[in-house]
Amino acid sequence: MRAMHSRLLPYLARYRGGLAVGGVCIALARVVALAQPKVLELAVDDLYRGVTAEKLGRYALILFGISVVAGTFSYFMRQTVIAKSRHIEFDLRNDLFEHLLKLPLGTFQTRSTGDLMSRATTDLAAVRMMVGPGFMYLINTIVGVVVSIGFMLAISPRLTLYATLPLPFVSLTVWVFGGRIHRRFEQIQARFAAISSRVQENLAGVRVVRAFAREESELAAFETLNQDYVRQNLALIKSSAMFHPLLALLSGLAAMLGLYLGGREVLSGHITLGQFVAFTAYLGMLNFPVYALGWVINLFQRGMASFGRIVEILDLDPGITSPPDALAPESCRGELEFRELTFTYPGSATPALRGVSFRVPAGSTVALVGRTGSGMSTLLSLLPRVFDPPPQTVFLDGHDVREYDLAWLRTNIAFATQEHVLFSETVANNIAYGSPEAPREAIEHAAVLAQLDDEVRRFPKGYDTLVGERGITLSGGQRQRACIARALILDSRVMLFDNCLSSVDTQTEAGILSALHAHTRSRTTLIVSHRVSSVREADLILVLEDGGIAERGHHDELVALGGRYARLARAQQLEDEIEAS
Amino acid sequence: MSHDDELHTRGYDHRLMRRLLGFLRPYRGQVWFAVAIVMADAAVGLVGPYLTKEAIDNGIRHHDPAHLDLVAIAYVSMLLIGFGLGYLHTQVMQRVGQSVMHDLRRSLFDHLQRLPVAFFDKNPIGRLMTRVTSDVDTLNELFSAGMVSAVGDAFTVVGVIIAMVNLNAELLLVAFSVLPLIVIVTLVFRAKVRRSFREVRTRLARLNAFFNENISGVGTVQLLNREPHNAAEFRRLNASHRDANLTSVFYYALFFPALDLVGATAVSLIVWYGGRQVMWTGITLGTLVAFIQYTQRFFRPISDLSEKYNTLQQAMASSERIFGLLDTPEDATYTPGVQTPVGPAPGSIEFDHVSFAYQEDHRVIDDVSFSVGAGERVALVGATGSGKSTLISLLLRFYEPQHGEIRVDGIPLKDWDARALRRRIGLVLQDVFLFSGTIASNVSLGDPAITRATIERAATDVHADDFIRALPGGYDAPVMERGSTLSAGQRQLLSFARALARDPGLLVLDEATSAVDTHTEQHIQAALHRLMGNRTSLVIAHRLSTILDVDRIVVLHRGRVRETGTHAELLALGGLYARLYELTALGGSAASRARSASTDDEESSQTPISQIVDTRMNLA
Repeated sequence: MRAMHSRLLPYLARYRGGLAVGGVCIALARVVALAQPKVLELAVDDLYRGVTAEKLGRYALILFGISVVAGTFSYFMRQTVIAKSRHIEFDLRNDLFEHLLKLPLGTFQTRSTGDLMSRATTDLAAVRMMVGPGFMYLINTIVGVVVSIGFMLAISPRLTLYATLPLPFVSLTVWVFGGRIHRRFEQIQARFAAISSRVQENLAGVRVVRAFAREESELAAFETLNQDYVRQNLALIKSSAMFHPLLALLSGLAAMLGLYLGGREVLSGHITLGQFVAFTAYLGMLNFPVYALGWVINLFQRGMASFGRIVEILDLDPGITSPPDALAPESCRGELEFRELTFTYPGSATPALRGVSFRVPAGSTVALVGRTGSGMSTLLSLLPRVFDPPPQTVFLDGHDVREYDLAWLRTNIAFATQEHVLFSETVANNIAYGSPEAPREAIEHAAVLAQLDDEVRRFPKGYDTLVGERGITLSGGQRQRACIARALILDSRVMLFDNCLSSVDTQTEAGILSALHAHTRSRTTLIVSHRVSSVREADLILVLEDGGIAERGHHDELVALGGRYARLARAQQLEDEIEAS
Repeated sequence: MSHDDELHTRGYDHRLMRRLLGFLRPYRGQVWFAVAIVMADAAVGLVGPYLTKEAIDNGIRHHDPAHLDLVAIAYVSMLLIGFGLGYLHTQVMQRVGQSVMHDLRRSLFDHLQRLPVAFFDKNPIGRLMTRVTSDVDTLNELFSAGMVSAVGDAFTVVGVIIAMVNLNAELLLVAFSVLPLIVIVTLVFRAKVRRSFREVRTRLARLNAFFNENISGVGTVQLLNREPHNAAEFRRLNASHRDANLTSVFYYALFFPALDLVGATAVSLIVWYGGRQVMWTGITLGTLVAFIQYTQRFFRPISDLSEKYNTLQQAMASSERIFGLLDTPEDATYTPGVQTPVGPAPGSIEFDHVSFAYQEDHRVIDDVSFSVGAGERVALVGATGSGKSTLISLLLRFYEPQHGEIRVDGIPLKDWDARALRRRIGLVLQDVFLFSGTIASNVSLGDPAITRATIERAATDVHADDFIRALPGGYDAPVMERGSTLSAGQRQLLSFARALARDPGLLVLDEATSAVDTHTEQHIQAALHRLMGNRTSLVIAHRLSTILDVDRIVVLHRGRVRETGTHAELLALGGLYARLYELTALGGSAASRARSASTDDEESSQTPISQIVDTRMNLA
């Protein structure tokens, strides 16, 4: 807990000026507002001692004036404290985002996006509630309670003692019930999620449900969850239905005690009628602070727990970073070498690559073929350090890739991955995603090379058409070609293509290949493909199996060998024949 | 979430409201009870200020301690009654609200089970889920808090006015002179805040979408060195969200003091004006205090009522979508007509000049005719996209052919009740869809007729018993979503057990192409053999052994039957089959490649699960 506090301090320290001013405003607003009952007291007492209309008017003006001054302070209190809490939220969210972008891909494979999102939303909101409203009401409560009770004690210590008896129970009620309701509510959210995933499963498997005539039992299973959800809600209702009436009862009791005991004090002549009115007013003004106290405790508990979950992410080690004294040469030749490369994914028992060695002279093209899962994608991803290869196994221009500046490395290696991730931006911005400064001509040129230009021009707004949820949905083939264009525009010395022509038809493929051929002639190219037509022209073909190199050679050599590659070639020839018939 | 699912508000619609109220009908007794309680509660709430006046005027000012005691007793009784009524009212209405939502969810889910399969091709799952979950929850506010409390609020407002008129009508006018101010301040504030909240929500949605996209695409972001650029963009979105929030903070900072100020004005006026009356016309101090208390009680229900109007608007929008789904016509194939014996007797299948197109112009099945006699085994062979899986969808009556007729046991499909038909057919799919539950529940699929003994026998027969018993929990081992903890081979065996446990007269089987190790492969071979037994079987065959094992092979190409005959005959023919056969023998990389391509083309709005099922059943 102490450690957590020290992690939170830097975020608060940045706004210490504003927060301090805010704290003072909170206290002043409260103190000034608490002068109101004192004025009432004087007015009432004067009323019975005989008073002029003029004097009454003055009291009325004072009451109004107090409200103006307290209101001004209360305005500045929100404008400082609550506003600063928004700034703190802003900073924390930026830090969280920037840190996440530094984490290696592997980290994201063990954590669900939903989990990370909930830290960036729910948890962040809880932290903000703590540093904003939590802080504000804490000070408000302390000042309110101390000052009110001070005034009340001045009127009658005994009366104060008895009349405020129910009030601690108000705080207790809010704290206990508030916490219980919150926990119940979280359980209910979990049940709600269960219902959602049940419906999702049912709808996703709609054909299976129909095929096995499972409708009735699906409904029964859904009903179980549905009723369970209702039961959980009813349990919450038991607490929540009690909550507000109980608070009303407790503060009502306090008011009644003030009225009754205060009345008796007036009767016995211990206090004046004016003091009595003021006392009941102070008592009324205590209600909110004691209520807020219970609430503030919950805010702080939740806020610190949530901050802990955020810090947990901020503490994750980026792992893959530029080394000190990183290499960043003027130019890159593009000569690659893999030396006895054996690689095992973190958390996996079996290696994905075993003893792979080969060289790629600058400017040549090497193709990798094999079954899915043979390690081709892994091999490519080690070059730009998506995952870190073991030291001294993967080399670019004679240096271990781990010795280069990370940004330099990734600039000089263009990687069209198997997953065609596009972003909710325009087509143009997606193609220029890795080179935001690229002029429109360069973007269009890349699209032409990737055989995408014609189709883009037919979109409603051409290159300015939005992609994704708020725009158009691209087909798998279009997405692939957009990703190829995105890699081509980088104009890097080393190009990696990971099975990125699988969704385009044969003719388009041929077009892209010939365009690529001209473009990649002077560049080092590694290409992974399941299609013989894509790899036929390569300077070297490697057939991978179980993470090792099973066959290597030119197309003709491998066909003559009569092994795996030859079978693949024959199978594709047959497919073409079947397609044609 | 798509655009039409965003919370938008909608004006009051009488027809919708009537329909919504219809759901309250089973609980009308409780609703009326709650209304009565809420009114009683409001009435009790009005007693407090009056008692205060009594205590001050008759107790304290007239020096009558006995009267003070009486007031105290009355006050405590009032508090206790108020507590009881408040608790009861919330309980009753929340219960009713929960019951109504339960009923609505049940109706929606039940209705979804009766919609034709084609409906799900057109409607993304996410949107349908929203109907059953969020849209129903939006109605909660209306049912559990909104409607009945509104009655209480209105009752309180009227009651306060009556009480104040009775106390002193003149003073009422003084106090109410600030009423227009309160109304104006509140209305202006609500309008401003609503607009700024909408702005905050839009910007937050954009911010979270960007965050989400960057996490999902983090690999790409890093490879393209976009971190600095995206961090800057994020800061911009984040700042825009913060600024929208600061605007609403500003409104709040202004509103609360303004409201206090108006309240203070009212109190000042009452002190000034009422004070003069006390001096000159003998209005009592108790009246003054009671008055101030009533004034405070007057404004809350008014602002609550305006809030409830919002609730109502949102509820209208949700209920319109809910009723829209409930009004979708049900599947017409559920016709509890012929009672066909469902049993192990081998059945027969006939396709008689069947043609079918998903979209009007593009025939996926073109004049297909063939039959499978009782006890016969027939294999369907063809390249990806030849129409094999569509034939199975037609046989299961997921879709109706445009031309021709399909007969099962000699009875045309349209004379079958779809559920009876599907019970008659044992189905084994390539990608096994496992439901979350246990191993046993995935074999029985909730059919109460399938006992544990049957499950275990079926599992033993298909060689699944060994691996099941090795699982922690055995047959009761939990199966996670999509069965990700089981291997492909294990899932296959499980689906065999699923079919065998039903002991169907007809077997329709789509063989898996996924590679399994040799040991599992042997198990699968043996299990397949056991499963087919002497059942009438229609198999989409990928395994050499299965192809060699069948009585007849039907070769489909582009939706048409191209060749028919035994393995030897077709091989001798040297046509399409001969090439397909050789491809199968080579291990057919074709299937896997075409599959990965087709999943990419699926609508991105659909979930991965649906992609698997859809490609399996739809895009043969």
